[in-house]
Amino acid sequence: MNDMTMQTPVKKPGNKPRSPAGKKPAVKLKEHIVEIISDSGEGAQKCGQSLGAIAAQMGNGIWTTEIIPAEIRPPARSVAGASGNRIRIGSGYITNGGDETDLVVAFNEQVLLGRVRAKELKPNCIILLESMWRTHTDPKIVASYIETYDRVVAAGYKVYEIPMEHECRTIVADARRGKNMYALGMLCYIYSLDLKLAVDQILIAFGKKDKSVVDANIKLLEAGHKWAEANLDFCYSIPATRSTEPQIVVNGNTALALGVLASGMEICAMYPITPATSASHYLSEVFEKVGGMVHQAEDEIAACAFAIGASYASKCTITITSGPGFSLKQEAIGLAVMGEIPLVVVNVMRGGPSTGQPTKMEQGDLMTAIFGSHGDAPKVVMAPGTIEECFYSIITARKIAETFNMVVVILSDAALATSQQPFARPKFSDTWMAPPVDQSPIPAGARPYEWDDTTGLARRFIPGQPGGMHTLTGLAHDRDSHVAYDPETNEESLRARSLKLAALQKTLKAPPVFGDPTGDLLVIGWGSTKGAIEEAVELTRAEGHKVSSMHLQFLQPLPPGIKEIMQGFKKVMTIESNWSDRPEDKIIDESNRRYSSVAILLRSRYLVDIDCWSDCKGQPIKPGSIRRVMMEKLKKQ
Amino acid sequence: MNMMSATECLLQMCEENFELEDYQSGVPRWCTGCGDNAILAAVQRLCRDEGLRPEKTVFVSGIGCSSRFPHYMNTYGFHGIHGRALPVAEGVKMARPDLTVFVNTGDGDCCSIGAAHWIHAIRYNMNLTVFLHDNQIYGLTKKQASPTSPIGTKSNTTPRGSYLEALNPLTVTLGVQNVSFVAQAVDWIPEVLFDIVKAAYHHKGLSFVRILQRCPEWLPKSLDPWMNDPNKVQLLNHENGLQFSAGLSKVYKNQLQHDPSNMDRAREIASSTDLVPVGILYRNPSVPCYEDLRRSDKLRTAELTSVGLNAELDKYTVWPQETKEKVA
Repeated sequence: MNDMTMQTPVKKPGNKPRSPAGKKPAVKLKEHIVEIISDSGEGAQKCGQSLGAIAAQMGNGIWTTEIIPAEIRPPARSVAGASGNRIRIGSGYITNGGDETDLVVAFNEQVLLGRVRAKELKPNCIILLESMWRTHTDPKIVASYIETYDRVVAAGYKVYEIPMEHECRTIVADARRGKNMYALGMLCYIYSLDLKLAVDQILIAFGKKDKSVVDANIKLLEAGHKWAEANLDFCYSIPATRSTEPQIVVNGNTALALGVLASGMEICAMYPITPATSASHYLSEVFEKVGGMVHQAEDEIAACAFAIGASYASKCTITITSGPGFSLKQEAIGLAVMGEIPLVVVNVMRGGPSTGQPTKMEQGDLMTAIFGSHGDAPKVVMAPGTIEECFYSIITARKIAETFNMVVVILSDAALATSQQPFARPKFSDTWMAPPVDQSPIPAGARPYEWDDTTGLARRFIPGQPGGMHTLTGLAHDRDSHVAYDPETNEESLRARSLKLAALQKTLKAPPVFGDPTGDLLVIGWGSTKGAIEEAVELTRAEGHKVSSMHLQFLQPLPPGIKEIMQGFKKVMTIESNWSDRPEDKIIDESNRRYSSVAILLRSRYLVDIDCWSDCKGQPIKPGSIRRVMMEKLKKQ
Repeated sequence: MNMMSATECLLQMCEENFELEDYQSGVPRWCTGCGDNAILAAVQRLCRDEGLRPEKTVFVSGIGCSSRFPHYMNTYGFHGIHGRALPVAEGVKMARPDLTVFVNTGDGDCCSIGAAHWIHAIRYNMNLTVFLHDNQIYGLTKKQASPTSPIGTKSNTTPRGSYLEALNPLTVTLGVQNVSFVAQAVDWIPEVLFDIVKAAYHHKGLSFVRILQRCPEWLPKSLDPWMNDPNKVQLLNHENGLQFSAGLSKVYKNQLQHDPSNMDRAREIASSTDLVPVGILYRNPSVPCYEDLRRSDKLRTAELTSVGLNAELDKYTVWPQETKEKVA
């Protein structure tokens, strides 16, 4: 990329294409990060998703990240309004969104400015900018465009002005409905992607619509490709190796929903909340085909109570929410804990507290997940680290919930929810399914809470089972489910519910260490930061440093073997996306510093001086930042 | 299923002939004279008369005096959290339409902390029988004004009298789209209470029964004007609703012919402040039940799941493309 010569931008739209630049040999790249950004509703999202799908079909590793404005329809041409998609395309497997962007297609200069200000672009980033604003009828827009253009050029970005609007108008009357496919055509040329695969994408997207719509989009696609070929002086190829195994590409929320399909659960109760809702949208579309249903309740509490009622009377049920909804559900979650009703609660975390940052990622709800609901309310907390784990975590959670009659909380986040990554196509197994609801008679003398002395486990009585009649209660109760306030019974039941976590812990394996089992620094993470942490570890190790990482999938209970693993390293630190006090702040010292969540958990459990570094920018932590933090930690005494 | 001989069938029928004792569990801890006792007696009688299988019957409640109800029934019971009896019951019913589900909720539980669920339960119109045990006061927490407390009610939180007009659960319920059954009973006329409970049970859809009940501990006199003067109780009588015995009619002479299919009239009657209407105010058996609209007609088998999941995975399979079904 560095050896590319700077080209005079095409200034005026409507210019005849300059003499074809001639097909230069494609520059081979190991990976590239591409962004397509527009005002909301101009289709940049679709363009980006299609680009990701095409690259994945070519066999490239991809990770796509949505760029979402907080408002549904932010004002047109606004800095905060950038909507689109960011695609990291690589030769090998890609595990995260990566660092800054290498190439941007921007439909106006304001959304571009938003990305520049957010420092999301590499210093020498290539910018393909819609040029229609230069000749706009509104002189203010023209001035704003020229000012921004001059500024980004002066800042060293390589800017190409593209007459997208003008070119699209030769094909369709309203370029807003099609510029994205024109851009896709350009990108297919730039990255030497098979145009036929792009046509397939159009067929998938618009196949149900009028043939004329499909034809127009294909024309736009081809025109974009042709224009880029004739006018751009660069093109790349990112060699790909196709996997021998079938691959699927979905985002984290779709993976969660597919997991619900595969797990045999029958009911999902939910209330709309960003960024969790798209899982329920998809489930609403497909669940009934396999005998399930999505219930949109009147509020978050009702969704949780509905799920609990259904679980109590039948198979384990799921409720899907995000931070504020998770807070509202806490009392009901406590009821499920007390009544020992299996329940899966998914929290697709967003920025908090309160309404916080609805469309942005954060890992701020770990403590609420573990300690939420008043009293001692032990529950299982899991966190998928990849899109693939989103799928399998639901199946595992359902099994744990029903085996231990417990609440299992799954913590995903806005980053996993909206990112896409290919993974091996799951092969359905009957063992994923919930067993049929037990309706066999309860033997005489059996009690509804016959807590096992060692494991705390008791057989659940389900309505319909003759001889099992009892009243489940959220009040303290004895083995007969009779309300009991005597001190012994209270402790007996607290003990049993707590022992179940230990029983589960005995079945878990130590988390794998990424890198060598011993070294100078161990980084511990959980959830969506997995790919970025491991990439940073790989980079840092390649430079000769003795760093490794460990990613926790179970946060409650913590699996065995963690202490032993930590003992193999001189330093241990956590990296996560929730707040921790900055040691450099004037009044922060060891006596008052608030550590990040997993650091608190590990410090208190293992009595090890574990440091933490955290970042709450609302975006996935970049591998580059993690690498820098690790290097600093290695240097510190 | 094995074929049964005629004798076996007969024996089983005898066994399935339930007695009141089959539904009784524990000794109710309600105060002497509490209206909850009358409701319990009526409901146990209903279960026996209808031969409800105890293991196929679930009573769901929230929190409050009324919500202890399930503990005194020898059926399945769910004594949950404050205000959430209705959504729990909805979940039970959605998952298991084969179960008979009752809900016991109080005026605080239903009309205050759980008010959102109340409105929406009416909308869902699931096949549930809901008893609003309305004693116009918070009892378990020791005398605080509830939404249905008459204005001026002195309580621990309103020592100088409650400030607001009481909420009328009947008019509120009748104001919700999809309402399919609304009745009012009083604890001091057990014969009619039973008839109403029975009619509610037989209605397919959500039957909402407000039961005015005395709280001898905290509001011992609040219902006296109606108890002491039978003319202030207006029995709703109709060939499509309830019809009353001659004996009862001798005492309760104030009777009104009211066709329960007449919504406008039901709303008028419900609005009455001086008279307490008792009977079925509204009934519309043709309102669809949410569970019938929503439950999949397919069984969630491994085979169906495999087919369904693979069809979805096909859509997302990028490689190999052979497995991909093009929408062309």
